[in-house]
Amino acid sequence: MKLKRIISIIIKEYTHIFRDWRSLLIIILMPVLMIILYGYAITLDMKNLTFAVIDDAKTPESRELIRGFTENRFFILKYTDIKRNEIESLFKKRYIQMALVIPEDFSESLFSNRITKVQLIVDAADSNVGTFINNYSNRVAQLFNEKLNNRSPGILGLEPRILYNPDMKSANFFVPGLVALILLLICSLLTSITITREKETGTLEQILVSPVNPIEIVVGKVIPYITLGFFNGIIIIIFARLLFKVPINGSLTLIAVLSLIYIFVALSFGLMISAVAKTQQIAMLATLMATVLPTIMLSGFIFPVASMPLPLQYISKAVPATYFLIIIRGIMLKGIGIAELWQHAAALSGIGILMLSMAIIRFKMTLE
Amino acid sequence: MQPVISVINFSKSFGKTTAVKNLTFDVEKGELFGLIGPDGAGKTTTIRTLVTLISPDSGEISVTGLNVSKSIRAIRSITGYMPQRFSLYPDLSVRQNLNFFANLFEVPKKEIAERRKRLFKFSNLEPFSERLAGQLSGGMKQKLALSCTLIHNPVVLFLDEPTTGVDPVSRSEFWEILRELKKEGVTILVSTPYMDEALLCDRIAIMHEGSVLAMGKPEKITGLMRNHIYKITGNDLVLRSDVFAQIPEIISVQSFGDSLHLTFPPGFSDEDVRIKIYGLIGQELNVERIAPSLEDVFIGLVEGKIGHAN
Repeated sequence: MKLKRIISIIIKEYTHIFRDWRSLLIIILMPVLMIILYGYAITLDMKNLTFAVIDDAKTPESRELIRGFTENRFFILKYTDIKRNEIESLFKKRYIQMALVIPEDFSESLFSNRITKVQLIVDAADSNVGTFINNYSNRVAQLFNEKLNNRSPGILGLEPRILYNPDMKSANFFVPGLVALILLLICSLLTSITITREKETGTLEQILVSPVNPIEIVVGKVIPYITLGFFNGIIIIIFARLLFKVPINGSLTLIAVLSLIYIFVALSFGLMISAVAKTQQIAMLATLMATVLPTIMLSGFIFPVASMPLPLQYISKAVPATYFLIIIRGIMLKGIGIAELWQHAAALSGIGILMLSMAIIRFKMTLE
Repeated sequence: MQPVISVINFSKSFGKTTAVKNLTFDVEKGELFGLIGPDGAGKTTTIRTLVTLISPDSGEISVTGLNVSKSIRAIRSITGYMPQRFSLYPDLSVRQNLNFFANLFEVPKKEIAERRKRLFKFSNLEPFSERLAGQLSGGMKQKLALSCTLIHNPVVLFLDEPTTGVDPVSRSEFWEILRELKKEGVTILVSTPYMDEALLCDRIAIMHEGSVLAMGKPEKITGLMRNHIYKITGNDLVLRSDVFAQIPEIISVQSFGDSLHLTFPPGFSDEDVRIKIYGLIGQELNVERIAPSLEDVFIGLVEGKIGHAN
């Protein structure tokens, strides 16, 4: 390994990056765009769910029950005093997600110590919404019961205390995850493309007949992209802080160090792909397929790993983002340190070393 | 004296296809040696093996006495290789490309500027030193590629079809540069599909399907042809090769633009040819015996009808 040759490759690679300012702009703007997209648009927070009420009782108690739904930011009462047969068409037109039907004998039944039944009709086409409405309605019913029976003793009331993300904001959950997605995407994509491009244009052959050895080429080509990936990570965290007030409860240094390990995994992955792929298009497709999909679906980025079917849980153990998500969410939201995270960091390093060795073996084979 | 390039019984296959079969040749110091042949003749495989990019299946191959399978690093630092495709960085300027290769070959920093100047002198690229390589004309690109392969002062230069797809003026300029380099004592191995370029080499090897058909000085190779070749010009309506192919003694008919080259066995005079043609089409045509060109020799060699040569 000669430092001089590595440096000349690094300088050359930077010249490529800065000369192609359009790609550079995309590399820098992509994380910003994604953060805005994921932060604002893709949210699991339930808001503005519309509903209809058929109140046949029209008593103070029935109005009290309806208020239970309307006095929060989740539900908007859109239709009252409609006919029963109109409900279905309202659902079909997606005007409402829920309908509440209060029977005529509502109040009488309440005061006669019978079990009172109120009909709740829920549109569960989106199962998340369905579950949410169901849970929330139960809570409304529980509060209603408590209020009504405040004289009777012995009613169990759960008083939840929500840790780490007390406002239950989706952004706090998604934005750290975005660091995992974007670092992996940028670093592996750029590495795989830059090497296959040299293969495609034949410049790799030209470099190879020089005394430079393959490891020098790889190191020289990868270092500029490490800095670029790192820079992206910083952009995301700054935006997360400014736009979404995502807390950073843990150590920034720890985030930086563990991000470097993750970047190393991403680059090794890119190398592995470029060792196999012959053209830039193939490299790009393969990288996108192999990074975006597993990272979004299988790593816990959106769906918790624990609730996946068992085979998928095993697969998720091979997805680097699974570990990095635990790390970055842990540091940012919970403020935990290396004592709790070393196992995940070790797993990440292991995956990285494995991929790098595979890439180097394969690289040597194709070049010689 | 030991030859600079020595290839003995070299063979190489890729899967089931044999690229080169039992190839043997030597190149002396300061020689300009040409590998001549069509696509698929095995020229590129031979050159790539000599520059240590691929390893031979069998055979003894050495460059400046160093074995290509063992002294890879050493060979790479004293040879220059220009691949068939232009392989410089289109988004780097002429100067940046030169500097990059100078650094890869560890040219001392002090010397880079001086060498660049010297290379600019014969390539005339100086006014374009800040232009991006991708925006150069085809001929200039080739010169830049050559300059990059020369930046570390190699003693042996390998050029794989350096002028394919380059305009005729740039081609002759390029060969002018090669002759200059030869004067400085650089040993050059060049491959080309162009027969006119073959004539500019000191010695050539004519390759076909992985083996050498003939080797030697270009003029000696044209002398291999002992059959007589006649150039026929005249009424172009009847200049159709299939008509003349009906002459029983004829060896081959080749079309060259507005004329035909007919090959007859030794001893066939122009008078004989004229009579044959008159008998065939009832018309007199211009018949002229010509010295065989390299094309004629090549075609003759490939078709195995070279006569009693060799």
